[in-house]
Amino acid sequence: MRPVREQNGQPWRAWLQAQSQKNPDPVLRDYYRRSVLDPVSAIGDTPLVALDFETSGLDPRRDVILSIGLVPFDLSQVYFSQRQQWLLRPPHNYDNESVAYHHITHTQALKAPRFESIYADLLNAIAGHLVVVHYHPIERGFLEQTIKGISNAQLRFPLIDTMAIEARRYRHGWRTRLRTLMGQTPVSIRLADSRRRYGLPNYEGHRAVVDALAGAELLQAQIQHHYKRSTPIGELWT
Amino acid sequence: MDPELTEIRRHLSGYPPFESLSDALLDEVADHIEVSYYRAGRQILSANQPIEALHYVRSGAVEVYRRTGDLFDRLGEGSLFGHYGLLRGQRVHYPALAIEDTLIYKIPRAVFDHLCEADDAFADFVELGRPRVDNTETRGQTSSLASTKVRKLVKNEPLIAKTTDTARQAAQHMATEPTAALLVVGESEDNPRYSYTGSDGALWQVMGIVTDADFRQKIVATGRSADTPIGEITNDQLFVIQSDETVQEAMLTMLRRNVHHLVVLHRRRPIGVVGLEDVVRFETQSSLYLIDNLLSQNTVAGLATLLTDVRQSAARMIREGADSRTVTTALSSIARSFMRRLIELAEAKLGPPPVPYAFIAMGSMARDEQTLVADQDNALVLDDAFDRALHDGYFLDLAKFVSDGLDACGYAYCKGEIMATNPRWRQPLSQWQDYFRSWIRSPAPEPLLHSNIFFDLDNIHGEERFVENLQDIISTQAAQSPEFLAAMARNALNRTPPIGFFRDFVMEKDGRQNNSINVKRRGTAPLTDLIRIHALACGSRAQNSFDRLKDIANTQLLGPGVADRLAYSLEVLSNTRLRHQVIDIDRGDEPDNNIEPEQVPDRERHEIKEAFRALSQAQKFLRFRYPKPSKNTPNQGRR
Repeated sequence: MRPVREQNGQPWRAWLQAQSQKNPDPVLRDYYRRSVLDPVSAIGDTPLVALDFETSGLDPRRDVILSIGLVPFDLSQVYFSQRQQWLLRPPHNYDNESVAYHHITHTQALKAPRFESIYADLLNAIAGHLVVVHYHPIERGFLEQTIKGISNAQLRFPLIDTMAIEARRYRHGWRTRLRTLMGQTPVSIRLADSRRRYGLPNYEGHRAVVDALAGAELLQAQIQHHYKRSTPIGELWT
Repeated sequence: MDPELTEIRRHLSGYPPFESLSDALLDEVADHIEVSYYRAGRQILSANQPIEALHYVRSGAVEVYRRTGDLFDRLGEGSLFGHYGLLRGQRVHYPALAIEDTLIYKIPRAVFDHLCEADDAFADFVELGRPRVDNTETRGQTSSLASTKVRKLVKNEPLIAKTTDTARQAAQHMATEPTAALLVVGESEDNPRYSYTGSDGALWQVMGIVTDADFRQKIVATGRSADTPIGEITNDQLFVIQSDETVQEAMLTMLRRNVHHLVVLHRRRPIGVVGLEDVVRFETQSSLYLIDNLLSQNTVAGLATLLTDVRQSAARMIREGADSRTVTTALSSIARSFMRRLIELAEAKLGPPPVPYAFIAMGSMARDEQTLVADQDNALVLDDAFDRALHDGYFLDLAKFVSDGLDACGYAYCKGEIMATNPRWRQPLSQWQDYFRSWIRSPAPEPLLHSNIFFDLDNIHGEERFVENLQDIISTQAAQSPEFLAAMARNALNRTPPIGFFRDFVMEKDGRQNNSINVKRRGTAPLTDLIRIHALACGSRAQNSFDRLKDIANTQLLGPGVADRLAYSLEVLSNTRLRHQVIDIDRGDEPDNNIEPEQVPDRERHEIKEAFRALSQAQKFLRFRYPKPSKNTPNQGRR
């Protein structure tokens, strides 16, 4: 069994337990209290939620979250009908004009709520679930940074990163070294390319909730191809 | 509409039965789906497990099995399964297995129930596997002068001149395009009925038309200047027809008014000019004209030139959506006319027959079910006064003349030698009576295999009573002979349908995939065989399969609705067969009975698959209904 991944020198479980006691923000304390996941739990028995942020850029300190989509699922089924999505209004100090929205007008964005008024709903929706993302620095970095700006509290929890799972298979190990030796380009682990390897269809549009659906489907495929329902979540999370 | 659902809606709306759902219902489906991924080889549904959702193949491939383990269907992107279970008993009816990595959208039972309730087409699709039709005639419509819209005759945009243009300008204008009539428009004046807004945004009024004859009579003959404004020579009487009127109406208007051109209006906007020659050209392709024309041909060579017209006439009917029965009846009537004309020509050459006779046709011609691929099946029934030594020379010559003539006209010689040129099938009535009695009383499957075509029988020329006599024997005796029906049934099971299509292949029951399928051999022929047996069993005298099915439906022979389902299946398969023959003709190939899956659109695939399924079930029932009688069971009437 792989070592259980850690956070600030503490195993994830201990971190989650500690935060449920001492986090200064009561909303976060409640989230942590409901989300103390056991690393030995089987992935097949764990409620999952796919999460995707659309952001104005890649840097959590400079850029902002534009929209959030989430879809609860487990290894048997993606509960798309229980999806949730939020369009967000950028913070006061943020220059609206520089935001390149994908699907929405600035007028729509100005009518949308700010993150601080929805984050309790967001945390309520993901509490008790193991969060699944594709390329975790975005969701983890932006959540942490944005919450810090609101309540000066720390939000950090274990995630399954479907890109990291692809990277383990296709970017490490002898196959990759062989490909490099042969002068071949490395296998792409972007969402659409990863999905294609498992026979998953191409989804257009890149709306947060559709990307979350795409991520959920990808994890179902990855587990069926490379893991078991009984694989402990501690082996998969980051 | 929720924009997040666009992706899912778009996919669903590309496949039946979702393609015809209202936007609101489609949103409801997309809003409620759940999604599951199945790696290749994983079981999706197991027999008897409770079923909670309709399954939609978003990507990948799925095999569905009967409980016996036999392959029921192989499904690709956009296909549905699980509805049988949802509709009956709420448990999985047919287990399903992913044969490739597969993504399934699951539509929950509550939504499925609501769709069945709110959308009849959806309910029909999942319950019947086909649209609900009261009779097969509603599926297409007859193509003729009386049903074709006059807009079909409009080939080009009208050539338009202004009243102020000179005759020279107008003539030059007409020289650029092949048209016999010029539409003349002026500034809108008094008649709002003919006023319209032109592409330039101005309001114009149709004033009339100018034809070649007008230039001749009003300019050249009278010595007027070529600079005369065209408005001065425009016919003051304007005859118009709305674009959705029929060609027949256009023809009648021309006859009544004694004019050769009509302006075709779409509401008030002129869309073209139709001339008498357009109507005549249309008519020359119609089957009525064809029959008229072929009856006036005096040589075989003359008749043979009409083959192209026959094909074009039928192809046009098929393209315009005529149902199969209309087309095959027309083709059969044409074939009969060919035969009659050939017989007339033969008699003219050979002199009057020494004894009365009936020239008869069998098979598809007798059933009024000829397609664009037809060979000849015919025979001669001679009066019992026939003396072989004295008279056979005449009838052999007659048979040869007709048979060679038919071959020259596109009706190939029968490979099984079922033609009047074969002495076996050129016999006096008493011999024919013996043939039928022996086929029916002491049936052996192999000889019957070659003679079952004689149980579709129609008189073409001569003594109608001979044929009626033989039909009497068939309709009274066949039903009384279980051995005969059992032997016929056994033969009818020699040819079985495939399962359907999977991607660009034909799916066989053993899982094999083929590139094309002979839809006659695997579809219409076994279906026709099966209908014939039930018809014989219930004493029907009908020859056409649809008529036979009506007779069968009046008995208790088949379960409720089965005859309708078979009629629909026959229509689907015949129609497919005809349409693919037109595809062959359009490509310049010789038409045949093969269809290639890549040329079958999704909606048709589903109907064809259901038709094959209906045929397959009907064949199973046939085996059960007409078992081989054991030696010691007494004969029973089977009505």
